[in-house]
Amino acid sequence: MFSAESTYHTLLAHWRTLTGYKLFWPVFMMAGLAFCMAVDTFDFVDLYLQLILIYVGINIILTVSLNLINGYMGEFSVGHAGFMAVGAYVASLLTVHAFPASAQNMLFPLAILAGGVGAALVGFLVAIPSFKTRGDYLAIVTLAFCMIVKSVLENIDAVGGPRGLLGMEKLTTLPWVFFWTALSVWVIRNLVYSNFGRGVLSIREDEIASDLMSVNTRQVKIIAFVVSSFFAGIAGGLFAHALQFINPRMFDILKSTDILIMVYLGGIASISGSIIGAVIYTILLEILRPLGIWRMVLMPLMLVLLMIYRPRGIMGLKEALLFTPLRDLVTEKLWRQKKKEVTDATP
Amino acid sequence: MAYIFQQALNALQLGSIYALIALGYTMVYGILTMINFAHGDLFMIGAFFCFIIAVYLKLSFVPTLLLSMLGVACLGVIIERFAYKPLRNAPRVSAIITALGVGLFLENFTLALAPYPKNIPPLLTNTTWTVGSLSISSLQIIVIVLSLVLMLILDFVVQRTKAGMAMRAISWDKTIVPLMGVSVNKIISLTFAIGAGLGGAAGVMYGLAYPVIDPYMGIMVGWKAFICAVVGGIGNIRGAMIGGFILGAVEIMVAAFFPSTYRDFVAFTLLLILLIVRPYGILGKPQPQKV
Repeated sequence: MFSAESTYHTLLAHWRTLTGYKLFWPVFMMAGLAFCMAVDTFDFVDLYLQLILIYVGINIILTVSLNLINGYMGEFSVGHAGFMAVGAYVASLLTVHAFPASAQNMLFPLAILAGGVGAALVGFLVAIPSFKTRGDYLAIVTLAFCMIVKSVLENIDAVGGPRGLLGMEKLTTLPWVFFWTALSVWVIRNLVYSNFGRGVLSIREDEIASDLMSVNTRQVKIIAFVVSSFFAGIAGGLFAHALQFINPRMFDILKSTDILIMVYLGGIASISGSIIGAVIYTILLEILRPLGIWRMVLMPLMLVLLMIYRPRGIMGLKEALLFTPLRDLVTEKLWRQKKKEVTDATP
Repeated sequence: MAYIFQQALNALQLGSIYALIALGYTMVYGILTMINFAHGDLFMIGAFFCFIIAVYLKLSFVPTLLLSMLGVACLGVIIERFAYKPLRNAPRVSAIITALGVGLFLENFTLALAPYPKNIPPLLTNTTWTVGSLSISSLQIIVIVLSLVLMLILDFVVQRTKAGMAMRAISWDKTIVPLMGVSVNKIISLTFAIGAGLGGAAGVMYGLAYPVIDPYMGIMVGWKAFICAVVGGIGNIRGAMIGGFILGAVEIMVAAFFPSTYRDFVAFTLLLILLIVRPYGILGKPQPQKV
């Protein structure tokens, strides 16, 4: 026999010991931000390492946001680099041409935000064909969209055409990257475990059934695409101001492939998996740099082996306890117990 | 008028190469419902085989073509055996990511061995006939005719032979077919061999038509061929041929009448419109979801 209340209390204790304390996340966040600011002000970490950390942050944003569509909603979007390109160009145009040079530092978050909003608008457009098309055909729609963005950017002379855009100052600093990364992880994690998030999951499991259960699938799809592309745009803005130079070729299908690899390396439908995937992929590529071109031979080989021996990726469909809400743990535990009871009862 | 004919000829040439590659995508999809994203890179390997055979073995056109096709077909079977077969019962997306990984591996491996673009020596003496103001090169004719012949052979194999019947049966129902005494593994290997061989042939012809080859040439061509397969209705062999010629025609015509930088833009916008109007491709059948 069990009671929901005692289960809740044992789990609460369990969860507390694992996450340390109720204040774990706020303290962790403040410490991380303080560390990033210290690194930025006192420069005790060398610049190369700082740049790698910035890339890790950007890749985490990209991976987590793509995981919302590819992992949680179960669609196959291959155009994430396109959203990133829109964000990068909008943010860079604002800082280069619109904002006064004196107030760049103050207005930088605004530029990034504008980049995100620009990408979100485009994401809204891409969501519309996803009402009717699914699976491989939707993959083509997103792919075509990515190519169209690249092609349009190459044909507008005002943004530099194929030569690209430069003149951005190095405004992307470690604290900002930390802030945006934490924000994107927080928003998407809360979104996934909200009521809306259950709608997203139900679309992955069975779209028709979820429609019958009165999930407004169109609305859910639109919101998922808009949120995902918003964060891709933000990552693009940060990327542009870290590199201080962008051209359309940076955002081609290879970039999308990179993000896809990070998502599936970490595992679908898992926030912690996305973080692990992005960190491992980015850092491994840097560690293997002495191998030169052969690292690019080794990486895909490792990916193939990983997929053969662990087809769901590192954390596929699992979530670290840190990211799982208590409510979900309790529900799962109760469900397991009930199932056990039923199997025990039937001879 | 002659200008249009000239461009139509170019469109046929490009379209037949696209169609040959698209066939590989669509055949594999039809049987395994898996998108073999490494296929564009098999096409690239075909061009490199052609380069190696033509430069180091100094063979003439026909043996070069046959050897390249054979080599790429073997590579396709090896890839299927070692990378895709262990994943046959895994989630579909894992197989797709594996295919992307195999593609990246082939690109970068070739890049590590051949860092600079290579020039394929002219294997055929190219004569140009002039009819009125129209100039027809023998190379174009050979590419078009050869691809058409290959497609007709493929169509015959799929529609009239026992192996082709087995292929169609597997794409119809994967669980019943092995009970009828068909060796599924053999048929899948055969499909990969045929698809990859056609891709290799396309690589050789592409190398003859546009002689500078580099390890990344397979990416764009591969994705475009995939688009052809989808436009025609993925899994449908005749659809892939039609899709290839449509995309070839659109690309050449856009480049002929607009600045050539608009080519990708117009081609992909047309694709988007087509997919919104007919989400299952030209020859594909709408598949109502069963509840």
